[in-house]
Amino acid sequence: MKYLIKNGKVIDPASNINDINDIFVVDNRIGAVGKDITMKADDIIDAKGKIVAPGFVDMHVHLREPGREDEETVASGTRSAIRGGFTSICSMPNTEPPMDNPKIVKRLKEIIKKTALCNVFIVGAITAGRASKKLTSFSLMGKEGVIAVSDDGACIEDKVLMLRALKDSKRNSLLLIDHCEDTKISKGGVINKGFISTKMGLCGIPRQAEYEMVKRDLELAKKAKARIHIAHVSCKESVELIRKAKREGVCVTAETAPHYFSLTEECCATYDTNTKMNPPLRTKDDVEAIKRGLADVTIDAIATDHAPHTDSEKDVEFDFAPFGIIGLETALSLAAAELVDKKILSWPELISKMSTRPAAILNVNRGSLKKGSVADIVIIDPDKEYVYKKDFIESKSKNSPFINWTLKAKVAHVFVGGKLVMKDESMML
Amino acid sequence: MKANSDTKTIWTKKDLLGLEYLSRDEIELILYTAQSFKEVTTRQIKKVPALRGKTVVNLFYEPSTRTRTSFELAAKRLSADVVNIAIEASSVKKGETLIDTGKNIEALKIDIIVVRHNCSGAPNILARSVKSSVVNAGDGWHEHPTQALLDMFTLKSKLGRIEGLNVSIIGDIAHSRVARSNIWGLTKLGAKVTVCAPPMLIPPDIEKMGVRVTTDLDEALRHADAINVLRMQFERDSAKAFPSKLEYFKQYGITEERLKKCKQDIIVMHPGPINRGVEMSSEVADGKSSVILEQVTNGIAVRMAALYLVSNARGGL
Repeated sequence: MKYLIKNGKVIDPASNINDINDIFVVDNRIGAVGKDITMKADDIIDAKGKIVAPGFVDMHVHLREPGREDEETVASGTRSAIRGGFTSICSMPNTEPPMDNPKIVKRLKEIIKKTALCNVFIVGAITAGRASKKLTSFSLMGKEGVIAVSDDGACIEDKVLMLRALKDSKRNSLLLIDHCEDTKISKGGVINKGFISTKMGLCGIPRQAEYEMVKRDLELAKKAKARIHIAHVSCKESVELIRKAKREGVCVTAETAPHYFSLTEECCATYDTNTKMNPPLRTKDDVEAIKRGLADVTIDAIATDHAPHTDSEKDVEFDFAPFGIIGLETALSLAAAELVDKKILSWPELISKMSTRPAAILNVNRGSLKKGSVADIVIIDPDKEYVYKKDFIESKSKNSPFINWTLKAKVAHVFVGGKLVMKDESMML
Repeated sequence: MKANSDTKTIWTKKDLLGLEYLSRDEIELILYTAQSFKEVTTRQIKKVPALRGKTVVNLFYEPSTRTRTSFELAAKRLSADVVNIAIEASSVKKGETLIDTGKNIEALKIDIIVVRHNCSGAPNILARSVKSSVVNAGDGWHEHPTQALLDMFTLKSKLGRIEGLNVSIIGDIAHSRVARSNIWGLTKLGAKVTVCAPPMLIPPDIEKMGVRVTTDLDEALRHADAINVLRMQFERDSAKAFPSKLEYFKQYGITEERLKKCKQDIIVMHPGPINRGVEMSSEVADGKSSVILEQVTNGIAVRMAALYLVSNARGGL
């Protein structure tokens, strides 16, 4: 199939394009980018007034398959991704069983091949059973196609083991992603420790639980001369530590999630379990620090930490509810409202954080609209307002604190590998 | 006691979840309503037909004798039918969820659920899921609104007012729902509240609730018109934070000797059950300043008022 995308505002940070252009898609590749392309296409997409960008890349998604198909599957999760404009996502290893050996990675690869609607990259576990005892075989999992390792949801708190993991991930050219949490400090906590936890009578998670571990990780990465990626940065001190480390030449990259720049701990005050996540929502000060970190490129990427949980798991006492919210379908709108509208980032900068940068960090050939690139394309209506309704959520789980919010910036069309998978906001699959 | 008889407040809330969520007028309305029920409880025939034909369910996820009995008597004196359901906390996780339990109870066509739960916020979650009224009988470390209301009722009947009083709350503030409800209620009614505890039992940013914070007991006692002494739960949360009962009593225990240095007519309250020789000496508990048993008596009138008001809530604004 050949497609012609006409008159869109093409924003491609990889090739420094930010202008009205046409894009010609031939089979699975970008055939041409330029003004007034006249080549003959099977279908023409009118992108006037819309932004045409490289498909988004989410470094942090929980697809739950295998093991918790009641919460999400590769099929439903990738559908949710497309609705949100993501054409590539990383599947985190805390499945049941966890992605800790080449055999299970192979099994997931087969599921992906059969059911995924967008690219899925697999993140393997750092330790067997994610139990922080024994390293997995990075080389064998790497051979099966794992592109990064993480024990996400758990932290490697053992310093010696973490140093070994960093050295081994370097040796195997795999990105190591750490979930920074000192559980001796966070133990028992369910929301940020502070006035709100005091008022609500809930056990608090001190911010130290995150930043003390970020600090340790940065020291270890420096020592091992290895690369490290810090997942879901939520507090001011972490941003400051990463900023300083980057200046000192430590090989660190970092992501934050949309909820950490959109919400504060005050949202928890009604005991809505869809505001319970780990790390927890923090204070206004932290939100400001996260925004500054995004603006000055301390924070490289926006990742969703899409964490599906069923209604029956979430409709319980606050203490008993699992941590996490879904995020694939709201990320763009939240970023547009909180970052672009508030002049923290320009559109090209935002697109870089959601596509070009994460693709570069993961070292995958995505996040670009250059001629010859894989045709993963998102076409956004930046001004369209809509109400985010529970009934319209593509994910199997509906655990979002943003339900019934009026959002803006909506994904209109999506191409994955040259295939039009969403057209005029309708899924084509 | 001067009744606030000119009050024009109309009770509109389906539930009583905490004093944080009430206005000054609403708190005063409960205290005013309790005043008339107090009179009922002193009659020969201690019963009025206010809730005849209504059913109150005491849903208790935590063992409790005094609060449950107090609610049960309050409901019975209003002529309501009462059912007690006790659910073992340990069975919660594997058993039916709170919301399902609530909906099932509601399907029995009852009117009010009085809930006690070890998780903070459980009554809030329950109240959202059922149409029946929910009255919080204590949730986790969050709130125990009827306890604070009966404390304030007792204060007002003893000292004639709450506005301008210096009230010190002493003990494990971090793990106390009684402390939080008292802080909201007392500050809304214009009292000056000081909380006093060892540093590890003071939760972060508590001063943002409008209280003064001290770790020095003498300072907390110096200007106090009344003190509310909390139970140290050495069998539970307090133990992790404070080393020993003996040390606690030495530093924070209320004794006759310490009271001598206080205002002469100081009032000593305690939500019970008392640990004699831990948070206060027996002499103080049974002494002339103590109003502990009056608090228990007043609890019934206050809970009658709470049940009466929520069951007659007029919807809308």
